[in-house]
Amino acid sequence: MSEPFEPKITAFVCTYCTYAGADLAGTSRLKYAPNVRIIRLPCTGRISPMFILKALQKGADGILISGCHPGDCHFTHGNYHARRRWMVFRALLAFTGIPEERIKYSWISAAEGLKFADLINSITEDIRKLGPFDQYHKLIEETQAPASL
Amino acid sequence: MSKIGVFICHCGENIGAKVDCTRLASTLGDHPGVASSIEYKYFCSDPGQESVKKAIRDNNLTGVVVAACSPRMHEATFRKACAEAGLNPYMCEIANIREQCSWVHNDNDKATDKAIDIVRSMVEKVKRNNNLQPIEVPVTRRALVIGGGIAGIQAALDIANAGQEVVLVEREPSLGGHMAQLSETFPTLDCSQCIMTPRMVEAAQHPKIRLLTYAEIESVDGYIGNFQVKVRLKARYVNKSTCTGCGECITKCPSKKISSEFDCGIGKRTAIYTPFAQAVPNIPVIDKNSCTYFKNGKCKICVKTCPLDCIDFEMQDEFEDLEIGAIVVATGFQVQNNAMYGEYGFGKYQDVITGLQFERLASASGPTGGKVQRPSDGKEPETVVFIQCAGSRDPSKGVKYCSKICCMYTAKHAMLYAHKVHGGKSKIFYMDIRAAGKGYDEFTRRAIEEDEAGYLRGRVSKVWLENGKLMVRGVDTLLGKPVEIAADMVVLATAMVAQPDAKEFAKTIGIGYDEYGFFNEAHLKLRPVESSTAGIFLAGACQSPKDIPDSVAQASASASKVLALFSKEKLEREPVIAVNNESTCAGCWGCVLACPYGAIEKKDIMDRSGKLIKRVASVNPGLCQGCGTCVTFCRSNSIDLAGFTEKQIFAEVMGL
Repeated sequence: MSEPFEPKITAFVCTYCTYAGADLAGTSRLKYAPNVRIIRLPCTGRISPMFILKALQKGADGILISGCHPGDCHFTHGNYHARRRWMVFRALLAFTGIPEERIKYSWISAAEGLKFADLINSITEDIRKLGPFDQYHKLIEETQAPASL
Repeated sequence: MSKIGVFICHCGENIGAKVDCTRLASTLGDHPGVASSIEYKYFCSDPGQESVKKAIRDNNLTGVVVAACSPRMHEATFRKACAEAGLNPYMCEIANIREQCSWVHNDNDKATDKAIDIVRSMVEKVKRNNNLQPIEVPVTRRALVIGGGIAGIQAALDIANAGQEVVLVEREPSLGGHMAQLSETFPTLDCSQCIMTPRMVEAAQHPKIRLLTYAEIESVDGYIGNFQVKVRLKARYVNKSTCTGCGECITKCPSKKISSEFDCGIGKRTAIYTPFAQAVPNIPVIDKNSCTYFKNGKCKICVKTCPLDCIDFEMQDEFEDLEIGAIVVATGFQVQNNAMYGEYGFGKYQDVITGLQFERLASASGPTGGKVQRPSDGKEPETVVFIQCAGSRDPSKGVKYCSKICCMYTAKHAMLYAHKVHGGKSKIFYMDIRAAGKGYDEFTRRAIEEDEAGYLRGRVSKVWLENGKLMVRGVDTLLGKPVEIAADMVVLATAMVAQPDAKEFAKTIGIGYDEYGFFNEAHLKLRPVESSTAGIFLAGACQSPKDIPDSVAQASASASKVLALFSKEKLEREPVIAVNNESTCAGCWGCVLACPYGAIEKKDIMDRSGKLIKRVASVNPGLCQGCGTCVTFCRSNSIDLAGFTEKQIFAEVMGL
């Protein structure tokens, strides 16, 4: 029997809320799935849609974006910009055929260590159900392979 | 070619027991660009830091990755060590393999795999790090203290006594806060007013303190050392500069039956009022919602009475802009509304009161002149039942936390009651007696042994009225028996909760708060008086339930932090700011729209003859806070964020 599929998930989080929430999950010794790799940014406003595409290109099966709750942004409204950008980007994703379910968007505050752990577990399970993102990864391989005529 | 040093910390067993550090070190040692990869038990220790410095010097390292705890813990430590070894501190990054790896995973192999990914990704980032220089910003040496209770007053006095300017803002008409409402204080039983009012007067008369009462914070902009604060000075309808506080208007005001906030609804006040007799400043305000003139357009008795023509019904709220260097938040708490305990009959029976209402009954300046009388009929109660943890430590109906002061004040109430009503019986239902503090346990023992407070360990299930008595049914868990007590008065030790508008306020000034609405400290143990926002400090019960000594201690601690900030000519700030490439900038102004701080200005580029060539965006390094929202907006990839550049983040992603 083959080994169960372990999804690779890349998370883009802001340092003030979600990164601190992830640290809190650690100091509280909560256990969660080891499938997520976190990239720390000052604010969700810093997250470019290109980062998400790049992570998918590098082999991620799912993406998590998480920052401060609306109204709580350390930089007053970076997370609103992120949310607005996500709304537009989501439409683009749908248009280009990338399933939206592979990209999760959430708010986690510095006090929500438990919510962070739960989210990581649930997103890991969701992506596991969707299976590896072969469709996109194969496309990348094909475009990068030397043209043979 | 990069020469990166990778330093893998075991953190004792914390990382070492879960992550195979030897495999981690050897894998990273083979990674391109890594010149040295070593592991050690505690890199944060002195010899640990020395070995980092030695490795930098020996290998001429161009970058450092410390794989250890969260950067929130030791980033500063290792950046300092790098600087001491001659490496630009911003060439050092932390790979978080403790909080976000070893502590949260069960499987050793998977944790090690994850740790390798984390460190590799960080190595790829550091390869693209740049030397950065800290930014210097000026400091406005004027502090703002928000809240005029004991914590705010203490912080203001400490800062002012050190010779720095303070603006003290209080939203009520008078200074004093909750402490002014108290009767006597534990564990010394000294009169609260007697120790509080002199401090209020001292703060009001201090040449370095500017007092703004009946004022609220509208907005806070700027950053550490350079805040711009807008304050709303609410209309008092009484001219502050001419009023002498003679009180004629108060005696003549015909609306006399307004429930007094200061007396917690037990006493009454007039429409033009000062909250209490010793108010500072002793200048009344008109309560617009209760004033006959404001309601019906007739009355103006106060105008006729005032010998100095101080009353002005046309007065409007005023706004004032303040330049502030540091802020102390001391906005305090409120007592929980116990209406959710229908079984205790609070709100239904007049003689079921809160602890704070009992304080007003027991206070010599209170509505009964210090006599303990039932609110319903004014009789002296012969039996009083106190219910502790009415809201605290009750996840189902109240709050999960312990309010910390209730055990002590209930013991005090029982003592005050015994001193004031001879022969009166007090019964106290408690869960635990938490009397940790100097002289505290002795105090509760005294209540039991000398003043015959009857402690019953158990909860109360029901309070009902029967033949003029409040029947209290509870359980004595030490005897294992239900008990019923016929009481004349029931006092609930209500939980201390955050101010109702605490979360809104936190958003206004830009600090964090917890699930209950108490403000978050930067670190629970090591930075307990700093908020997560630089330059904003916390004092008193706005952070968590506290008694007076703790509030005062924290206020003084905040003041010392403010003074340390003011001791410098200039502040050094992290150089994580946006930088624009003017040669590629097209002047679309997307970044200007995006910037939350108005830190991006339009700059004219001229040729030698002074002719305008083009206009580009220019970042003001003093205002930029480094969120990077502009970077993502930039269509021509001209703006980038130092420390989190596009190149660095792409490299991190590709390194995974």
